[in-house]
Amino acid sequence: MQTLDLTDNDQKKNQDPFLVINGVSKVYPTARGPYTVLENVNLTVYEGEFICVIGHSGCGKSTLLNMVAGFNRPTAGEICLKSKPILRPGPDRMVVFQNYSLLPWMSAFENVYLAVKQVYTDKSKEEKTKIAKDSLALVGLTEAMNKRPKELSGGMRQRVSIARALSIRPEVLILDEPFGALDVMTREELQEELLSIWRANKVTALMITHDIDEALFLADRIVLMSNGPAAHIAEVVDIPFARPRDRKAISDDPRYYSLRNYILEFLYSRFALADEAE
Amino acid sequence: MAAGSITSKFTLNNIGEWVQQQAKSFIPPLLALILLLGAWQVICSGKKPPLPPPTKVWEETQPYIWYPFFDRDYFDVDAKEKIDSPARKELKEKVTIEQGLGVKTIISVRRVAIGYTAAAIVGISLGIAIGTNAFLYRAFDPIFQVLRTIPPLAWLPIALAAFSGMNESLQTIGLNVNEAAGLFVIFVTSIWPILMNTAVGVQQVPQDYRNVARVLRLGKLDYFITILMPSAAPYIFTGLRIAVGLSWLAIVAAEMLTAGGGIGFFIWDSYNSGKQSELILALLYIGLVGLLLDKLVYYISKFAVQSDS
Repeated sequence: MQTLDLTDNDQKKNQDPFLVINGVSKVYPTARGPYTVLENVNLTVYEGEFICVIGHSGCGKSTLLNMVAGFNRPTAGEICLKSKPILRPGPDRMVVFQNYSLLPWMSAFENVYLAVKQVYTDKSKEEKTKIAKDSLALVGLTEAMNKRPKELSGGMRQRVSIARALSIRPEVLILDEPFGALDVMTREELQEELLSIWRANKVTALMITHDIDEALFLADRIVLMSNGPAAHIAEVVDIPFARPRDRKAISDDPRYYSLRNYILEFLYSRFALADEAE
Repeated sequence: MAAGSITSKFTLNNIGEWVQQQAKSFIPPLLALILLLGAWQVICSGKKPPLPPPTKVWEETQPYIWYPFFDRDYFDVDAKEKIDSPARKELKEKVTIEQGLGVKTIISVRRVAIGYTAAAIVGISLGIAIGTNAFLYRAFDPIFQVLRTIPPLAWLPIALAAFSGMNESLQTIGLNVNEAAGLFVIFVTSIWPILMNTAVGVQQVPQDYRNVARVLRLGKLDYFITILMPSAAPYIFTGLRIAVGLSWLAIVAAEMLTAGGGIGFFIWDSYNSGKQSELILALLYIGLVGLLLDKLVYYISKFAVQSDS
């Protein structure tokens, strides 16, 4: 399996580094002394890449993405976007949260408009309204844009959340297990929509997932995290499938299963959780 | 034609169903009411009953029942040169009471409205202040915890004492000492649930919403209007609803002690003059108005609050 040195998407590596995670550690002080969540994490992401992060629960994936988003600061090391260190959250690194995080007292349109209004301060009201409506149209929610989140299904809510994130054209799109709470059909539908939007917008995406098939379908590279405490990036796997990707074609590709087995082996043999190993 | 008859049959069935469903919701309370009134009638129909039975209450309170908004002192708007119109003159001769219970209730409701509105404004403002500032919260929370356990009427003597020193300045805003003390009791009774619930609501803004605000870099004012207030609204309305019930409890008690009119004073007055039937009717008024106030705040909150679920 060490021969999986696939270099189909080499062209990305010719670009300048876009997002650089350099020697990042995160230590939380606890009652029983300091607890190291992440230790010496290094990763370079290039513009327009789609990165998926996989690891067991508690391996610090969310901590890592929260630091990219700016909600947390690293204890050591630094994270830079276009050579500028990330110090606080901002709309250039928009997050799609697992639980959608829509404001329940606003309609789908108003949720998106809130983001648009914050970012495009110099645009007219008509322009901002158009941007919000176009973003909702992109995820197929024109009909439902005046509904409140509680009137929408889980999949539709996550679509609103994606529309909100994309409406402001972030440089990095951070997705924290965005489809974890959805059923398989909706999840696959949304994966395909996300992929086509990602291609059209040329946005750099960083996504946490538990689903290996999802990661194989979406990612250019899959980041495998070791178990916590003091988790780090154990390995980065290049995903060679040509784009635009077709789910059927990928699953027919012989490399699909070797990659899938490789990651499974990583998660359940090399880095199996203690209680699962019994 | 066949289709038409089917439709009309269908509609008839629907009406029958509707009546049956409505019956389910109003027949049980009706039965309970008849049972209670019957029991009351039986218990209080001896030779020297402790209280008048329902039939006697009905007989003795006829003018109060039929003329809730009659007021002998009320100036007739249609009259010229302060002489009552013939119709009103006739009414004055016919009706033996001074003032209907509706008028008295309005006096009390007005007091509640003033004290409660003041409590809502101050309570929500202070609640937001101590809810958003950890230092203020730590400083004031213990004090508020003590103050809020003081029973409403315990505030009355101190309010009377304090306001009697300010008699003149109170008169400039059209209040006497008793009136001001009554309003203060309403205020101080209803402020604590509003204040405490607002503070908790403000503190409980979910992390998700805060994260959205942080990522979008919402300004302080924007955060306040678009996230903090809507998110805290359910808590604030819970406080407002508890408070309206408490203030209605307090006004009746305060009026009994301060003798300034209103439904509470009427109860005390009826008791002192041995008019038990009037007292019982007044209790019914108090109960119904309390229920109405509660429902009013409930429907306002339903209209104003958009919850997650």
